Amino acid sequence: MSGFLKILFAPVILAAVVLLIPLNLSADNCLDCHSGWEEAVDAPTKLIQRDVHFKAGLGCSDCHGGNPDLDDMDAVRKSKGYKGIPPAREIPQFCASCHSDPAYMVKHNPSLPTDQLEKYKTSIHGKRLFEKGDVKVANCVSCHSVHDIQSPEIPTSTVNAQNIPGTCAKCHAKADYMKEYGIPTDQYEGYIKSVHGQALLVKKETGAPACNSCHGNHGATPPGVTSLSAVCGLCHSLIADSFAKSPHKAAFDAAGYPECETCHSNHYIEEPKLHWVGTSDSSLCVRCHAADDGNHGFAVAAAIYDMISKMNKTYDMAISKIDEADRKGMMVTDERFALNEVKQAIIQTATEFHSLDTLVVAATTHTGIASSEKIYEAGKAKIDDYFFRRKGLGIATLLITILAIALYLKIRSIEK
Amino acid sequence: MPQETKTTGKVVKQRLFGWVDNRLKINGLVDYMSHKVVPEHRASIWYYFGGISLFFFVVQVLTGILLLLYYRPGADSAYESVKFIISEVSFGWLIRAIHSWSANLMILAAFVHMFSVFFTHAYRKPREMTWISGVVLLSLALAFGFSGYLLPWNELSFFATRVGTGIAGALPVVGGFLMKLMRGGEDVTGATIGRFFGLHVAVLPGIFAVLLSLHLFFIQRQGMSEPIEWEKNPHIPRKFRPFFPNFIMRELLVWLIMLNILAVLAVFLPDGIGVVHWPLGQKADPFAPPPLVIRPEWYFMFAFQALKFMPAHFFFMEGELFGIGILTLGGVIWLAAPFLSRSFEKGEKPRLLITFGWLVLLFIVVMTVVGYLLK
Repeated sequence: MSGFLKILFAPVILAAVVLLIPLNLSADNCLDCHSGWEEAVDAPTKLIQRDVHFKAGLGCSDCHGGNPDLDDMDAVRKSKGYKGIPPAREIPQFCASCHSDPAYMVKHNPSLPTDQLEKYKTSIHGKRLFEKGDVKVANCVSCHSVHDIQSPEIPTSTVNAQNIPGTCAKCHAKADYMKEYGIPTDQYEGYIKSVHGQALLVKKETGAPACNSCHGNHGATPPGVTSLSAVCGLCHSLIADSFAKSPHKAAFDAAGYPECETCHSNHYIEEPKLHWVGTSDSSLCVRCHAADDGNHGFAVAAAIYDMISKMNKTYDMAISKIDEADRKGMMVTDERFALNEVKQAIIQTATEFHSLDTLVVAATTHTGIASSEKIYEAGKAKIDDYFFRRKGLGIATLLITILAIALYLKIRSIEK
Repeated sequence: MPQETKTTGKVVKQRLFGWVDNRLKINGLVDYMSHKVVPEHRASIWYYFGGISLFFFVVQVLTGILLLLYYRPGADSAYESVKFIISEVSFGWLIRAIHSWSANLMILAAFVHMFSVFFTHAYRKPREMTWISGVVLLSLALAFGFSGYLLPWNELSFFATRVGTGIAGALPVVGGFLMKLMRGGEDVTGATIGRFFGLHVAVLPGIFAVLLSLHLFFIQRQGMSEPIEWEKNPHIPRKFRPFFPNFIMRELLVWLIMLNILAVLAVFLPDGIGVVHWPLGQKADPFAPPPLVIRPEWYFMFAFQALKFMPAHFFFMEGELFGIGILTLGGVIWLAAPFLSRSFEKGEKPRLLITFGWLVLLFIVVMTVVGYLLK
């Protein structure tokens, strides 16, 4: 660029710079001022950096109203549409102003439903809030957090599957907080020990159920006695089918027993144990079917226990035989693979057991027992073969040794 | 009556022998063999190791043929057929175990044989051709080992072959071509099994048989080498043993002992032990991550470890290539040993060559041990 042109363009460049500076500065006065005096790490201006709304381009004023272009705070508060901090009672509507507006939501996140508020109103939380004005109940921000709301898919989100039990427990595990409602506060404690809690929190299986899987999320209606098996059946569908065919179905309904919960409990659901079945003192069956009541259930419980325990016993025997053959260095890959068949029969029996039909259970356990016995025999044959090999070797080495000694003697006689 | 049968039997035997002898002059051969003698001295024990290698080779041929009856090369069938051999075929497990043990023992015996020949200077004139054919035979035995390792097509053999053929790929100019030729493509695949199988059961045995016949023929023509001290000092008292039947019978005795050792190892440790271990394991999966430790067979460990120790660059050359060059140079000197010293003609011990031999042995032992100690 020549010196003349530089002089010609200098005022143009200068004017451009001066004009661009105020454009850059006019971003969001709320954030600029508030971040100036908010120092705590959990201050709204800090938290908001990871908020899903903020990341999508929404600012403070999009929720709290007011004109963000004004630099004077009093002016902002007096400006049009300023909402400030909404009282707890109004929070659901506060969020719903956008989230219940399909036309608005479709522009930002079309995958999100817009009926959360309607569902919330049907929940115990919503009912108490709107009908009784009870502000202790959970509203949107109780679960979703306030300024650092994250998508449930993000592991640090308060509503991520693995964090949900903890989020619900914040209120439901507090005895003094829950006192006035007269509901138990040991659900979390039970849940984390249960098969579901262990699967979700320890094994990190995100498909395992958290609180909301059974209780719903926005329409948080707890499953009642009549709908409990429908909730469990969402995942355990084959067991639900099996149970529906069983004599227990009608009997439980008549007696007003919750279906699955009667035996499995609710939050602390343990891994099922064989001794729950049968007629021993630790059996669950004898709670209703006492030995002397002359009813059919006692005999069925005993028969099913016998069948399953026989299958488990033959399975254990087959495993130990195969292990023994393996330790002896025999090849048992095919037998190990065949053990999966028995495992399959065991799982199938655990499902079909709920029909309480001895014929159905007998058919599957029979398959499992027959396979186990076959594998056991195969393992035994391998071990027999192992000893046959050693005997054969003994004879062969003896013969070779005799031959070698004879040869040695011959050599000595020749060389004498 | 029994006396009569005995006489008739003798007559039949004599006439049958006479018929064959008329045509093949066997008497001459027996006569030749009974005049042959084997020197007897402090180092006589080393004479047996060639025979031991030969014994294991015979075992390899026999068991190899038996395995061939059931083995089916190919990415879809190799692993399955080996599994079938060891789990279903009667005594298949034994044949595989013997084949694997005998392979390792053959190479071990051949190494001992080679070093004993080297340190007793038995390669000197007139046995230069015997030495060269022997060294080539050992290289072929290593090639047998390398090609046979892939055939079960399991996890370890697959990745070890990938590494092994990859080293060949590092050679300048011909490397890429050579690697493709060995692999039958860019990577180790079913095509590689086909090649290695052909090499293992046809090409190598063919060449090996010819060279082995020559090697044995040379030995028969030249007789066993006498200690170098005898050449230098004519006054040392000399002892000899007749080759036939004395030495042959002793050799047979050693073979019987080897057979017994082989049988015990194959029955008690059919999958090998420690560093000589060949469990069938998992089928090769080219898409699976390689196992944590990929190790070659023990007899390649020294070269493998030496190449691993090479720096990335050595002056203007690539480190690995430089290593291959050094190993090749060592091999060439080794092969040319009979021509490298004038001491032989004077009946003196070749000091420089002996030092070189000890260095080679030390290098092999140290690199092998280090290779197994370092993970």
